[in-house]
Amino acid sequence: MPVLSLRKISKNFGAIKALTDVDLELEPGEVLGLMGDNGAGKSTLVKIIAGNFPPTSGELVLQDRPMHFHRPAEAREAGIEVVYQDLALCDNLSAAANIFLGREIARSIWPLKFLVSKDMTDKAGALFGELKSETRPHDLVRRMSGGQRQAVAISRTMLSEAKIVLMDEPTAAISVRQVAEVLDLIRRLKDRGIAIVLISHRMPDVFAVCDRVAVLRRGRKVAEKPIVQSSPEEVTGLITGAIQHA
Amino acid sequence: MPDTEAGATHPDIGDIRIEDVVGIKEQTAFERVISSQAFWVTIALIGIVALMSYLQPDAFASQANAYNMTRNFAYIGIMAVGMVAVIITGGIDLSVGSIMGVTGVVCGILLQAQYGWYIAVVAGLATGVVTGLINGLLIAYAGLSPFVVTLGMMSFARSIAIVLSENKMIYDFGPDGAAFKIIGGGQMLGLSNIFWALIILAVLIGVILKFTTWGRHLYAIGGNEQAARLTGVPVNRVKTQAYILSALTASIAAILVVGWQGSAINALGTSYELRVIASTVIGGANLMGGEGGTYGAVVGAALLEVIRNSLLMQGIDSNWQGAFVGVFIVLAVLLEKIRGRRRA
Repeated sequence: MPVLSLRKISKNFGAIKALTDVDLELEPGEVLGLMGDNGAGKSTLVKIIAGNFPPTSGELVLQDRPMHFHRPAEAREAGIEVVYQDLALCDNLSAAANIFLGREIARSIWPLKFLVSKDMTDKAGALFGELKSETRPHDLVRRMSGGQRQAVAISRTMLSEAKIVLMDEPTAAISVRQVAEVLDLIRRLKDRGIAIVLISHRMPDVFAVCDRVAVLRRGRKVAEKPIVQSSPEEVTGLITGAIQHA
Repeated sequence: MPDTEAGATHPDIGDIRIEDVVGIKEQTAFERVISSQAFWVTIALIGIVALMSYLQPDAFASQANAYNMTRNFAYIGIMAVGMVAVIITGGIDLSVGSIMGVTGVVCGILLQAQYGWYIAVVAGLATGVVTGLINGLLIAYAGLSPFVVTLGMMSFARSIAIVLSENKMIYDFGPDGAAFKIIGGGQMLGLSNIFWALIILAVLIGVILKFTTWGRHLYAIGGNEQAARLTGVPVNRVKTQAYILSALTASIAAILVVGWQGSAINALGTSYELRVIASTVIGGANLMGGEGGTYGAVVGAALLEVIRNSLLMQGIDSNWQGAFVGVFIVLAVLLEKIRGRRRA
């Protein structure tokens, strides 16, 4: 049973058709590569799934239940987490503080809520352990490498027991060694049965971790197939339009 | 697919971690303390006090001078511990001096009209809350720049103070005047009440900043407001509350100072906002947001007062004070910048 089904999703911004009749299914524990040129509609699709805005028409079904998200918080409650391109981390806070930002473990003594730092540190340490990341809960994000930052952003999605994680260009701005680290992180999420949508321009990364690839061109889905039946050359052709359909 | 192995091969085979090479280590508590600006300002403060005690053992190191100095920086310090919450969010509050003025006048008028001291205190605090609320709503919800909003409030509140007081000094405080004056003018254990109020507020707000979710959210907003919003931090509400806190500490300072001086003038607090901001910055608060604390704010305020007092005692023309204070502000920020560069 798919964890997420998109049925005939369209989105118009005034006269501009950003998406037209996009169907997409996502199985648990599956990594789907979502590819397309700039302006192909990747970001729009992700924002619809993440609840930033509703589709103009079409249906979003999460585990057999039709969903109508109006705010990102609603999508998050339903189990959809987003790792943003700029990671949305606070540089001046520790790794643990970032993971628990907005959902701190706290003891309420009216009118204040006192942080229970030890519980948060322990939990953060356990999450990093699961990800086999060398990130330490007390370290400031400012002092971290790109790979470690990704580990923090990804740990945040694990905290909430997410069903689906949307990752927007997680390997765009980091070193080669860190890319390998991030791809490992993605595999660990997958091992936990989490479905992942990986948006990326980097063909090697998509072919390294994805089970399937979907290609958008000018707001339409032009291909969706298992990664083993495709090739970087074919995907490149699909993205640019040299190959019309696959 | 030649690239498939890119991520698959790496994790074990005895590879050397980047961290091992460049030596990014977890900071110990001791390293954190000595890398903080507040620590070095404390050292400077102790140094100046030690030097002046040696040079002027009778005048500077006297009980009377200690009482004076602690009282003189206390009301700036009180405002600074409120201001620091705003600065942590990346904002600024230029209106605190004028809020002090209007609060003083409100208290004076009520006392003059024979109301009880507690009515005057409550009305004074309410003045702070209302002005802070207006600042906060305009900044957080209407999205206006903190600098512009509080600059407007600075002008507005001062004008209201002048209008309400009919541009006269209020000193005839009625039957409850004596009780009101004790609050700000009294002393305990050899130190002024104003100083004790500073200690209580600094500890209270310090605990709130470091150990509560509200404090954590202030730092998060200052660090990356967009990230805070995305993760569900109630950014607008927290920001509004920060401006209320800042204005509230300004009105607390006003109530204490009016009690101490025994009169309310509409010029009370004029240009204090700059001394308050200077104190927080010298104490390590970052005007870009995300950094700062109440300990630093208090030490910063103390340092400014000790410098002022020392120049006076050494017989240096008082017109030089501003120059010294200015140098210290820039020096503090410059040192922070240099240390920051070494860290990065």
